[in-house]
Amino acid sequence: MSQVFLGMPAHSSPGVGALRGDQTFPQAARTALADPQLRRNLGHATGTIRAKRLAVVSELDDWEQLRLAGQAIKAATMARLDDHLARLEQEVTARGGTVHWARDAVEANRIITELVQATGADEVVKVKSMVTQEIGLNEALEQAGIAAWETDLAELIVQLGHDTPSHILVPAIHRNRSEIREIFLREMPGVDPDLTDEPRRLAMAARSHLRRKFLSAKVAVSGANFAVAETGTLVVVESEGNGRMCLTLPDTLITVMGIEKLVPTWTDLEVFLQLLPRSSTGERMNPYTSMWTGVSPGDGPQDFHLVLLDNGRTAVLADEVGREALHCIRCSACLNVCPVYERAGGHAYGSVYPGPIGAVLTPQLTGVEQNASLPYASTLCGACFDACPVRIDIPSILVHLRARHVEEYAAEHRLPSAESLAMGAAAWVMSSARRFGFVTRTARLGRVLGRRRGRIRSLPPPASAWTATRDVPLPPTETFREWWLRTRGES
Amino acid sequence: MSTPPSARDEILARIRTSLGDRTSTVEIPRDYHRTGGSPVGSPELLELLTDRLVDYKATVHRATPADFAAVLASVLESAGRVVVPAGLPDGWAPPAAVVDDGSLSWAELDAVDTVLTSCTAAAAETGTIVLDGSPDQGRRAVTLIPDRHICVVRADQVVRGVPELLGRLDPRRPLTFISGPSATSDIELQRVEGVHGPRKLIVVLVSD
Ligand code: SF4
Repeated sequence: MSQVFLGMPAHSSPGVGALRGDQTFPQAARTALADPQLRRNLGHATGTIRAKRLAVVSELDDWEQLRLAGQAIKAATMARLDDHLARLEQEVTARGGTVHWARDAVEANRIITELVQATGADEVVKVKSMVTQEIGLNEALEQAGIAAWETDLAELIVQLGHDTPSHILVPAIHRNRSEIREIFLREMPGVDPDLTDEPRRLAMAARSHLRRKFLSAKVAVSGANFAVAETGTLVVVESEGNGRMCLTLPDTLITVMGIEKLVPTWTDLEVFLQLLPRSSTGERMNPYTSMWTGVSPGDGPQDFHLVLLDNGRTAVLADEVGREALHCIRCSACLNVCPVYERAGGHAYGSVYPGPIGAVLTPQLTGVEQNASLPYASTLCGACFDACPVRIDIPSILVHLRARHVEEYAAEHRLPSAESLAMGAAAWVMSSARRFGFVTRTARLGRVLGRRRGRIRSLPPPASAWTATRDVPLPPTETFREWWLRTRGES
Repeated sequence: MSTPPSARDEILARIRTSLGDRTSTVEIPRDYHRTGGSPVGSPELLELLTDRLVDYKATVHRATPADFAAVLASVLESAGRVVVPAGLPDGWAPPAAVVDDGSLSWAELDAVDTVLTSCTAAAAETGTIVLDGSPDQGRRAVTLIPDRHICVVRADQVVRGVPELLGRLDPRRPLTFISGPSATSDIELQRVEGVHGPRKLIVVLVSD
């Protein structure tokens, strides 16, 4: 008889969904870096969106106050996450909705598949949901004989191109207009053969392709940008109107949401509805925001289900430093300012969550050892922190996760890695003033190893393992201790 | 044998384990602008709203209570077949308009060209109009399927920013925030207006 231990935080379902790539980041990035078209597409797109974001952010003279409020609201949400979730459940249920809880991807996929089967439908329309990519919902539905139609233009491009998303906000950012035209001509039944690559023509082709689907769909699956605990209100922010179509026209609506996407009060939305559109699309407000609470008689789906998903989030919550990654509102500003993302692109991260936020969130959801290269996919330049509307200190979490990886690796293999050897040596040296003085003086010998720009590019083994992926700054010609002795006289 | 714990109980228990002891409370600094300074419906707010709507490719017509009927009639002239919600104020709907009593099918709504409604509130700073499903605004499908949306906004519904806007709304109603016509930037970040939602948004702004 097995005893189930209740309440042990667990990582995401292994082998299901899109949190693990087939390659490490350095391997995948090398492929991306060799693709000049991809780099041009990425450079153009991130540059454009950075400029737009900057323009609308500078319109608000209280932007910093909004960021501070957003950060505090998210911290307050996490500190009482259990209470807020229970409240949300109570409010949604009281207004005619049904709440389901899913420990992991497998359980969520099973719940959703059964809900769709219960309606008798063999297809669903889908809107804007990273979390359903995270859990591999489309594949699970397909196995049950249910077709899932992505309706967001970018996700349609990705789906028709048999491709994977590469950006949180613009999943097809790696494709240019002529590539999109080719995909549409090849994959869209009944498309006008004279379709040009003009963005307007391409968008209109998508409109007519999906129109019938929207008007006849019986079931929709959506994500959520926010949920308000005290009122039970769900929020979807979008641009094209495909969200409104999915949220309004079908009889049944199934919304899947990570347990972290809550805000406690209605008032809190006033902060996030300012932070999100300006940070993501660089607009003052996105064209459409839909909010609904349970079921509204005579208006919209009369059968509403909310699936609350853990899939590793409680494990993230257990790390006091790392849990800040759960504050993310998926605006993608950190991707657009990241020099590593701009060159490597989203696919290199091997996860539905790319860029700086992916580098801190993905390894925590899966367990660091399963995505060990991601915390190193950064130069720690700090641009992501400056851009983040909720002030997530991504560089500090990266450093923290690197340390965690080193410790967990050492504990598992009972072998010190080069990094932990170096850390151990540093601790031994720094614990004694005499040793420290000796070492800093001899370290200056390292200067002769320096090649250019004051960096040491390689050190002899075992420290070569460290310098294989990074440069070490040159030691100064005079140490601080020597300077102190020289300028302050005898000690 | 004990029954296995429900997913709900287990997730809530995991959260409690992960959080451990909770002693501190988080103070939320709300020193961002919660009110805009300008009185509701003041001329500078109406100017700002117009500017922002036009910037996002909506069309704006200004009217006074005296010439409202004439302005609306001229806007409706080229509107084709019109559908209106059942609770629209008397005299707004053109004589041939279809009235939505809640029974029109999606195909029937797809066959009309234009929907005419009022609104619940508007925010000038972001060019946002909110519909809440009241009788003069109708159910959500009515303002979604037709290709053109004509929306009447009264000056006393116009506030400055998002905080004041949310303060006027009832979260338990189905809410739609509209900031310009439907748009996408998914192809090379180039903005294209009009994808799935109404491709034209026409606002009639009424003030003294
Ligand atoms: S980490 Fe911050 S900047 Fe990056 S996507 Fe999340 S909220 Fe946006």
